[in-house]
This record gives sequence, C-alpha cells and structure tokens, in this order.
Amino acid sequence: MASLRSFLRSGKNAVSVVLRREFSETSPAAVQVNVRDALNQAMDEELERDERVFLLGEEVAQYDGAYKVSRGLWKKYGDKRIIDTPITEMGFAGIAVGAAFAGLRPICEFMTWNFSMQAIDQVINSAAKTYYMSAGFQTVPIVFRGPNGSSAGVAAQHSQCFAAWYGHCPGLKVVSPWNSEDARGLLKAAIRDDNPVVFLENEMMYGVPFELSEEMMHKDFVIPIGKAKVERQGTHITLVSHSRCVGFCLDAAAVLAKEGVECEVVNLRTIRPLDVDTIEASVMKTGNLVTVEGGWPQYGVGAEICARIMEGPAFNYLDAPAVRVTGVDIPMPYAKILEDHSVPQIKDIIFSVKKVLNM
Amino acid sequence: VQNPPSPLLSLWPGGTRMVVSARSFADFTPQASFPIKKCDLHRLEEGPSDEALLTREQGLQYYRTMQTVRRMELKADQLYKQKIIRGFCHLYDGQEACAMGIEAGINPTDHLITAYRAHGYTFTRGVAVREILAELTGRRGGVAKGKGGSMHMYAKNFYGGNGIVGAQVPLGAGVALACQYQGNNQVCVTLYGDGAANQGQIFESFNMAALWKLPCIFICENNKFGMGTSVERSSASTDYYKRGDYIPGLKVDGMDVLCVREAIRFAADYCRAGKGPIVMELETYRYHGHSMSDPGVSYRTREEIQEVRTKNDPISMLKERMLSNNMSSVEELKEIDLEIRKVIEDAAQYAISDPEPSLDELCNHIYARDPPMEVRGTNPWVKLKSVS
Repeated sequence: MASLRSFLRSGKNAVSVVLRREFSETSPAAVQVNVRDALNQAMDEELERDERVFLLGEEVAQYDGAYKVSRGLWKKYGDKRIIDTPITEMGFAGIAVGAAFAGLRPICEFMTWNFSMQAIDQVINSAAKTYYMSAGFQTVPIVFRGPNGSSAGVAAQHSQCFAAWYGHCPGLKVVSPWNSEDARGLLKAAIRDDNPVVFLENEMMYGVPFELSEEMMHKDFVIPIGKAKVERQGTHITLVSHSRCVGFCLDAAAVLAKEGVECEVVNLRTIRPLDVDTIEASVMKTGNLVTVEGGWPQYGVGAEICARIMEGPAFNYLDAPAVRVTGVDIPMPYAKILEDHSVPQIKDIIFSVKKVLNM
Repeated sequence: VQNPPSPLLSLWPGGTRMVVSARSFADFTPQASFPIKKCDLHRLEEGPSDEALLTREQGLQYYRTMQTVRRMELKADQLYKQKIIRGFCHLYDGQEACAMGIEAGINPTDHLITAYRAHGYTFTRGVAVREILAELTGRRGGVAKGKGGSMHMYAKNFYGGNGIVGAQVPLGAGVALACQYQGNNQVCVTLYGDGAANQGQIFESFNMAALWKLPCIFICENNKFGMGTSVERSSASTDYYKRGDYIPGLKVDGMDVLCVREAIRFAADYCRAGKGPIVMELETYRYHGHSMSDPGVSYRTREEIQEVRTKNDPISMLKERMLSNNMSSVEELKEIDLEIRKVIEDAAQYAISDPEPSLDELCNHIYARDPPMEVRGTNPWVKLKSVS
C-alpha cells in the first residue's frame, strides 16, 4: 500500500523514470528511500564533505538518535563530530550558535521542536538577528532540526507545530520538507547555507518510502531554499500545503479527480522565505485556493498565504474567498478518536474544496 | 617591593628633575614588581602569583587604554544627556581594570564575549573610539553601521555585546568548543554580571564546559548590583567564584589591573593545558547607574560611590604605582591625558557629524551570501530591496 501511495505521489517523477528507462541503455539507479534514511544520508554526506559540520543534540550519538535519524553517524565520525548533550536545550542551543559564530557549521537537533521553546531565545535573538545587528559582520551558519507538529498519541505538550512561530521571524530560513526528495535536498541545502535554518521534519513521515532518482542520489543534489514545488498540475483549484499534509492533498486530489475536479497541489517546501510567486501563478491559473496545514489556524501559515493573496495580483483571479484547512484550535488531546479529529483529514480537504467550488 | 631608582638618576647632581619633553626614556624606572592581593581559591591548590611585574611600556599602555575607556564613557554620558545618544546605554566607568587586565593577559587570537556593558571591551578588542561613539549615535560610520547600537558591537574574535542577560554564556562556551574542535590552542573569555550569575543557562554551560573540558574562562564581573538589586537580595550564595561548583574558581580584585592580568594569565594557562573551564569572579564597581536611565543612587549612597572613587579607582591606583616608582611623571601622564582628550573630542565630533545610515540600508543584512531579495515594507505597495 505504501508503495502504491508513493507511486501516486511520485506522479511526474514516476513518469520521467519510466521514460528514462526506455531511452537509456543502462537502468537508472532509482531507489526506494524513506525520509529517515534520506535525512541520514544527507547528514552523512555533508559531514564527509565539510569537516566543520558537526551534529549535537540529545541521544544523537550513542543511541543513534531518538528517532534513529542519526543512526550510524557516531560510529563513523566519533565523539568529536557527533555529540551527545545533556538535557539542557537552552545551553546546548546557545553552545551550537556560539560554535557557528566561531567558524563551525553545527547541526543542532531538538528531539522535538516542542523542546525548542526552552531554547527559543538562542534561536531568535542569538542566531536569527545577529547578521543584521552586526551589519553583515557576523554570520551564523547553523541548522536547527528535529520533528515538528503532530505525532501519534503523544498529547498536547509534544504535538505543537512551530512553522508559524519561526516563520514569523526575519533572519531565519524555515524549511518544511514533505518527502524523501525534499528531506535530502533541503537538508543538504540548509547545511550548506550560511544562514540559520530551522528545519521542520515530521516524525510520521520518517518511515515512509519514496523513490529517489539517480540525480537525486547525487551527493551534490540540493533543492533551493525558498522555492515551492508544484507536485500535481491542476486547473480547478490550488491546494497549498507543507510537510505531511502535502500527502493528504495529493490523496484528496486523487479522489476529487474521479469527480472531475483537477487540483493543483503546491508543496511549499520553504515556509520562510515564502515562494509567493509560485502560489500566485497557481491561483491565477485555477482561480481558487485552499491552504492545508497541521498547525493551529490563528496567525498560521495559511493565514499568511491568504493575506498575501489578498494583497497581490492573484486576488483578482479568485472566484471565491480563499480558505484554510488547519488543525483544530485546541491543545492536542490524547484519546485516538479525539486526536484523529484534531488534525486535518483527507475528507476535510475534499469537503473544503467542494465548498469553495460550490459543489 | 620596589626596585631601586634607576642608576642613571643618581648621576644627576642633587637629583634635579627635568622638563618632561627633555626627559629621556632612561630616566624612568624600566620595570617594577608589585605585590598584588592574593586570590581566594576554590578547588585550586595554588593560584596566580602574588606579585606582578610591570614594565614602563605596559604601565603606559594600560594607563592610556583605561583612561581612554573612562573618557569615552564619560563622553557617552554627555552625549546621552544631550539626547544625541538614545535608547539603552550601559556605561563601564569604574570597571576599566577588568577589560584592560583581561586583554593584557590573553592574545588577540583568543576570543571574548560579554553582555551589554560592552563599550570597554569593544575598545580593548580593537575597535576605534570613533566607531564606538558613532554606533552609539546611530551613524553609518558606527562599527555596526548604526544598525546594532550600544549592545550589539562586534569585531574579530569579539562576539559582542549581547542584550539578553545570560545568553552570552552558552555562546561563549560554544566559541570555546570551536577552539577545542579546531585544535588552535585558543581560549574564550565569557563574561557575565552578578545579576546574570543566577541564570539557569549559565549552569547548563558550566556543566557542558566541564564535561567536555572546553577552554572557556567564565568571568563574573561582580559590581555588587544587578540593576537596582544588591547581590545580597538576589543570590542565596554571593560567592560567585564558587558557583561553578565542580569547576575551580578564583576571586580577584577587579579594581587592580595587575591582579586581573595575573589571574587571567593563570586561567588561560589552565585552559590551554586542557584542564577544562575555570570560573573567575572580578570584584569591581560601576560609578554610573545600571544604565543612563538609572541615576544609581536609590539603592546605594553617594558616599559609597565617592569612597570607591577616592580609595579604589583603578586608574588612580595604576597612576599612583607608576609615579611612586618613578615609572612615569605627572607631566607625562598629563600629556597622555591631553592626547586622549583630543582623540575623544575628535571621535565625538565624528559621531555627531557623520550622517545617519541611508534608508537603502534598512533591509540589508537579513541573509548572508544570498542573492538580493524583496522585503515587504509597512504596507503592501512598499517593496524594499535587501542585499547581503
């Protein structure tokens, strides 16, 4: 089932792989890689490429990572480059930023982004603002990464989405990959970027496999930060999403296609800087917009997108008001039935599309 | 313990003194040894030497530097009262021996980070007075082009200037980590105040620095008040040099530049030997209030401030030592004072007359090494340009 879903998602990619099979003599080295391994390989390659890169965080070394994202790295690179920290986020995030000040390129893992709140001052005031305050003198080439947003049964304190909070702040780049291609290309780009990057993963995507082409497996494969990707072409309505919800949008699109509604699905990939041009071009083409995110509605990613559409040229192309599909505006409950109804489901997306299209 | 006067002096009949301009280098005592206050030690068998050797050159350099910082801060006070400097302005006068002593005991290739009372360190770490004052007045010639202000000045191996109390301490430990990682034998001096000393993140930094043996010298500049709260009212333990617990510490007379220098040399040697971090408490005093908006007399008496000025001023102490050991003369030091006054006046003139940053600068320096991008202005029709 997973491979069928990933085939559906691959869409254009699967087609291009098939074409290459026909035209090339040797078979392309396309492989199935899950998001966890994509992240792992990206870090491994970047650690190898640049000796200033190192990883620190709780359980990243000898435990192989709380979610096994850093599996094998400590064994390969040792104590100097893969550092287990005590449970002191504010301290080790600050240490990571200081190391970046002094010329290293740290990857600072938060076991989940919920714990980043302990350290948020270091992310914002020490990392994000420093290049500006120093008028370009002091760079901060750091990546903060970890799983973000809802998981399964971890309840309110472990389920918050931080895309809107960090996306709010100038000086940061905020990235939210969906699939393995995103995870690999964006993490490599983030590590190579000389700016502080907030890298929002999703725990529920870690185990999901996707096909990666030979080109994507190249060690210099990077995806530009700040550029959204149209995952599925469509004509009737634009669905804009990030992270795990992109998959839900594609699933919803598949269902809607049977009813003759062709959705264009835009994968933001980057929260900040937001690729407004791609969103606008899509809305100007389809005339309708639904944003889909796991986070809370108030002051969220979708709210920003709608505001930008209002303020820009795409507004005149809207046939109906743009709407948002979001997590329910409550702390995340524990019981499965409640949790399931706290996050956007495929049926919520389908319902909203039909409302917008007046079907 | 004083060296005998220069043998050359005894050649002059009657010991007549000459006018300073004709006074030759050879007339002064080239160096002298001074007893310095012994440091209180925590988890250390021995501490810094209780004697400091001062050469004439060093004495003049320390005097010049401390006097420059003093005059610069007083000029900033003046400019602030004239409303030419605005916002936050935390002055360092009284604490000069700390910044000078530290700089004298480390190398330019070592690293330093401090909190917001940073003008003195900005100077000792190599930034010209005019660039500091112009930053305070918010002009394009400021060290941060007017975009940082009092609390955000940076230089090579100097990481500010930090506005959030205590946040600089993990940052400093991180710089030390980089030194260790790169194997360059450098150390990072990480400063914080008595007010910050209770911050949790400082103890987190102590833990990791000790665990990983980072070459970090944690220094608490104890000027007895965190804003208006005395140390007795803020801290269950005011032995700040012991607060590192498992980390060795020393308590240093922060008003004596030689004491500070010997202590930092000791501490730097300790760190460079790979023994891990060390904590230092510098007992010092600020003449001004916490900032320019604090008169500084609601929580302490004018008598107390005056007493420190007369009995414990760091510049006076150095001057007294040099004069009574014939390492300089009243005239020579006066000449230095005049030179400094001119430097400060010129710098102030520059800081007042230099233009403010261009509005084109507004959105620059958001991202490093990126292509130019657009930044939203205050309304959707205003699209501003940002370059790295």
